[in-house]
Amino acid sequence: MNAPTETAGSGAGTGRRRFEMRLSVAQRGILVAIAIFAVMFMAYAWKQPGPLTANIVNTASNKGALLALVAMAQTLPVLVGGLDLSVGAIFVLANCLASTVVVGNPVSTTFGILAVLLVGLLCGTINGAIIVYGRLQPLIVTLAMGAVYFGISLALRPQPGGSVNFELADFMTNSTLAVPHSAILLLLVVLFIWIPYRRSVLGRAAYAIGSAEQAAYMSGVPIERAKILAFALSGLLAAIGGLLLTAITYSGAAKLSIANDYTLNSIGAVVIGGTSLFGGVGSAIGSIFGAFVMRTVGDLLIVFDINPVLQPLFVGIVLLVAVCMGSLRVLRIKNKLDLYR
Amino acid sequence: MSGITKHYGGVRALENVHFEANRGTIHALLGENGAGKSTLIKVLSGVVQPDSGTIELDGQAVEFANPTEANDAGIACIFQELSLLPDLTVADNIGITRPPKRFGLIDYRAQRRLAEEALARVGGEGIHPSTTVRELSLSRRQMVEIAKALARNPKILILDEATSALTAADVEKVFVMLHKLREEGMAIIYISHRMHEIAELADVCTVYRNGQKVETFKAGTKSDNAIVEMMIGREYESVFPPKTDKKLEAAPALKVRGFSWQNELDGIDLDIRPGEIVGLGGLDGQGQRQLLLGLFGTLIGATGSVEIDGKPVKLSSPKRAKSDEIGMALIPEDRKNEGLMLPMTVRENLSFASIEQISRAGVVNLKAEEAAIDEMIDLLKIRSDGIDGPVGALSGGNQQKVVIGKWLMTRPRIILLNDPTRGIDVGTKQEIYQLLQRLASEGAAILFYSTDYDELIGCCDRVLVMYGGTIVRTLAGDQLTETNLVSAALNLPAGTDETALAARAREVAT
Amino acid sequence: MVVLRVIFRQFDRATLIAFACIVVILLIGALAEPAFLSSDYLLQQLHVAAFLGVSATGVMLVILLGHIDLSIPWTIAVGGMMATGAAGILGPELGVVLAIPFGILCGAAIGAINGLGVAYLRAPAMIFTLGMNAVAQGLMVYHTGGFAPQDRATPFMRELTVGHLVPGLPNPLLIWIVLGGATMFMLNRTTLGRQIYAIGNQERAVFLSGVDTRRVIMICFVISGACAAATGVLLAGWANRSYQAMGDPYLLPTIAAIILGGTNVLGGRGKYTGTVAGVILITILQSMLSVVQPQRYFAQLGLDIPADTFRQVVFGLVIVAMLLLYGRQKALR
Repeated sequence: MNAPTETAGSGAGTGRRRFEMRLSVAQRGILVAIAIFAVMFMAYAWKQPGPLTANIVNTASNKGALLALVAMAQTLPVLVGGLDLSVGAIFVLANCLASTVVVGNPVSTTFGILAVLLVGLLCGTINGAIIVYGRLQPLIVTLAMGAVYFGISLALRPQPGGSVNFELADFMTNSTLAVPHSAILLLLVVLFIWIPYRRSVLGRAAYAIGSAEQAAYMSGVPIERAKILAFALSGLLAAIGGLLLTAITYSGAAKLSIANDYTLNSIGAVVIGGTSLFGGVGSAIGSIFGAFVMRTVGDLLIVFDINPVLQPLFVGIVLLVAVCMGSLRVLRIKNKLDLYR
Repeated sequence: MSGITKHYGGVRALENVHFEANRGTIHALLGENGAGKSTLIKVLSGVVQPDSGTIELDGQAVEFANPTEANDAGIACIFQELSLLPDLTVADNIGITRPPKRFGLIDYRAQRRLAEEALARVGGEGIHPSTTVRELSLSRRQMVEIAKALARNPKILILDEATSALTAADVEKVFVMLHKLREEGMAIIYISHRMHEIAELADVCTVYRNGQKVETFKAGTKSDNAIVEMMIGREYESVFPPKTDKKLEAAPALKVRGFSWQNELDGIDLDIRPGEIVGLGGLDGQGQRQLLLGLFGTLIGATGSVEIDGKPVKLSSPKRAKSDEIGMALIPEDRKNEGLMLPMTVRENLSFASIEQISRAGVVNLKAEEAAIDEMIDLLKIRSDGIDGPVGALSGGNQQKVVIGKWLMTRPRIILLNDPTRGIDVGTKQEIYQLLQRLASEGAAILFYSTDYDELIGCCDRVLVMYGGTIVRTLAGDQLTETNLVSAALNLPAGTDETALAARAREVAT
Repeated sequence: MVVLRVIFRQFDRATLIAFACIVVILLIGALAEPAFLSSDYLLQQLHVAAFLGVSATGVMLVILLGHIDLSIPWTIAVGGMMATGAAGILGPELGVVLAIPFGILCGAAIGAINGLGVAYLRAPAMIFTLGMNAVAQGLMVYHTGGFAPQDRATPFMRELTVGHLVPGLPNPLLIWIVLGGATMFMLNRTTLGRQIYAIGNQERAVFLSGVDTRRVIMICFVISGACAAATGVLLAGWANRSYQAMGDPYLLPTIAAIILGGTNVLGGRGKYTGTVAGVILITILQSMLSVVQPQRYFAQLGLDIPADTFRQVVFGLVIVAMLLLYGRQKALR
């Protein structure tokens, strides 16, 4: 190889490095999630027997948006360095409540929606308040409170059923000009909840807490309010998810398996979306794509003709692989002491 | 501040302390660790609340329930432990306490300007506001920390050992800045263990001992020795036991050849005979810690040969290094995280490293354990309320004794020490020096890294000075002087004069 | 002397509170129904508690390390389903003889994978074990979906849960007593026990003390998996068959029992006697709910509320209340 070529090559190398430097860790995580999703969706579209109709896209979007909302809900507690095992239960509770109150004329429907969102917000706030003022571990508190919320859902809906305002439900789940309304809902949530939150003082405080809680305290960060808000918003987002579920199924069901499934998948989505499980790094936008990745796993099983009962197996494997990717640093470590922090 | 008292449990941290800091002065706080300086600062900055006493700011009585309130009142504190958020950007860190806002959201452009100004003030123009703090070196982080405190435009600025991680060049910059702030009328409170820094910087000094104020005096009116006497409360006698003349003819207990690792250790050769105390010197961070860790088996991919008593061995893990065949012990630098399990009892901590030796088939022999522990407590004079109390309740000096005792219980033949006297009181230091001499006389081979030159000179038979991952000089006997240690640490030929040393120090730092 | 002191130290504040709660609940129950204090009822409760006690034993070790095992539900199912299905996998003769060891071994294998991930890959335990739970679920669903598996308990499994090897002492209780005694001895008197507590407090220091911490973590996860599978075997014997969701109701009570017994969720602190108390407390609470039947009162008000609601809500609230009582972390300073 002659000298000029080498120079050109190394020049491009530094250029690329500079480009990477400008992307934050979280942004890189989002890009990876988008890339994985794109590859998987292309595989799906290619294997898919018929052409990719608006209807298929709409169905995929609806399923993806459901998990995406719950995954966004999971992102906030993870960012402050916790884990929320109750998002699935709040999601189910919102579903059961919506199947009871989001009915009738437009006025009562509106009040019904508000009631559902408020209950989600309340559940999240209760989680946050117990964790902050009780100074308890998020994992255990949300595990316990998740049981309480699920118990309440059972009381609301001992048997699957109920109904919902059909016009609203259809509107939420249809598409206009091949753009699924559920995707627009996601976009609105990002624009009006996530981005303002990310740019607010309490939102940045959440990142600060996840990064180093003691240092955040020393810096005068409002730790208690920021943590409670993170959990409260998490409850709200899960409730929006529950609302969408009601619109898709036209009914409510208090099933433990649904709650567990969504909690599990939301964690997988958050991990794939590039959010650090130790807190402080990540983004709800990454989680959205992580959620779409998790959902596409199921679709791929169908088009590749794999027994659908194996879905939990594959979801579990995706989760394990995602977690182990984070562990790759173990292989790079040269001082064993760095393993133990 | 007047009549400040603070107790932690039964331990008195501050007793009826009065303190005044005036505008336009730099006030140095002096005292041994545990003398109450840090607690005083914590009270002043709202991190802890005093049991009794009052604080007045510009004549107004104030009370701080948390650091935010103290911040708002104009008190900014730079702590020993960094208060930076590693995953956030430099600008985010500087603006975290009082972010500029537009429409209720953070105004990132204004925040960036703020950060740039604050960085320029401390001479950290080279730091980009949108880099993540995690990517910065320790010295750069410390500069950000100072910029962060200044961005709040405080009336009172507190620096608690804030320069300990800085390079010499950055220390210069910070000093220039502090002098300027003093001219602007800021009250500055400065804590440092480096006497020469205090001499260069302070206007007024106050000495603390055992949670009480000893004296406040104008800087430059007392000699260093007089100040040290005030700090330790007794005559500053020779703290080092006399070195014994040893005939070291035995074969080396530890023989290392060509020990290398990553870019941080490069071809280290080392011989330590039984009975010998070998020091490791040099500037901080020249590979000394890595060498000790590498010998103890925690570094992956280290190359070179190691012989113990003439037999080649492979040091693959601490477990292996501890084994009977090798008989090595490492007293780590960070006793809270690396040496002890703080909530566990003194008993469990002391016997932890040697637990296999006092067990049969995995079952601990409680009688043997008790006997061994009693012996160790007698030997080290560990003062505790009983061996079944948590080790975290002991004083720093006694905790360090437990770490040492834990390793002596394994009856090691080779003892590696990583700065074991850092942050402990003079009395305990003295006991540790005596212990080292005694262990050496009983035939242990000791490798002793210290950041304190006096310690190296006072304790060691030989000192290996490291620079950039290699041993650049060995000093022994008459050669073992402070000037030689410093010049070797800066990798200068022997016999360099003072001005050249200082010039070189700046060069190395940048 | 030494022995007395060791025994005395088993009863810390949390353990005493948990035992006091048991007594209070029994006394309140006895006011309504004197039979609550009969030895028959108490023995029956201990018999039921033994199932939970076995699974809590393993998880407690993991929690003491500062980790957690969320793969309990489906590891229980694996234990039960593999033991009953052993005949189909190992052949009709060998499968019957080795049914129980095979079931437990499968659980231990799941624990070993957990241990591999947490100890060697340093993956966060809560996520890794949650993932393993899903994998185990997938495998079991496949196992039942692919071909019709044998789901009947063997006669020996049946005997193990309903028989009495020692007269008057149900076998599961005997198993729990033996397992618990061994665990207590291990935690208090052996080097492994010391190392488990130490890792929960400061793993870095333990590593630098020359202990192979990864091995210790591995051992604990394997024990946890084996204990969960053993619970599955016992449950399959009890119900005389195995089924998919058999482990689902056990995650919350298992963790609850350990925490009610005063074990620190972050690791390093906790007594086995506390876990025993927690297990009994949870069991009696469950029994009370099924006897009192709060849903009947609501039915009188015209509200149809399933019994499970009360179980879930009461469990959740009791855990939170107990944590608030003695599980709080230090405030930031």
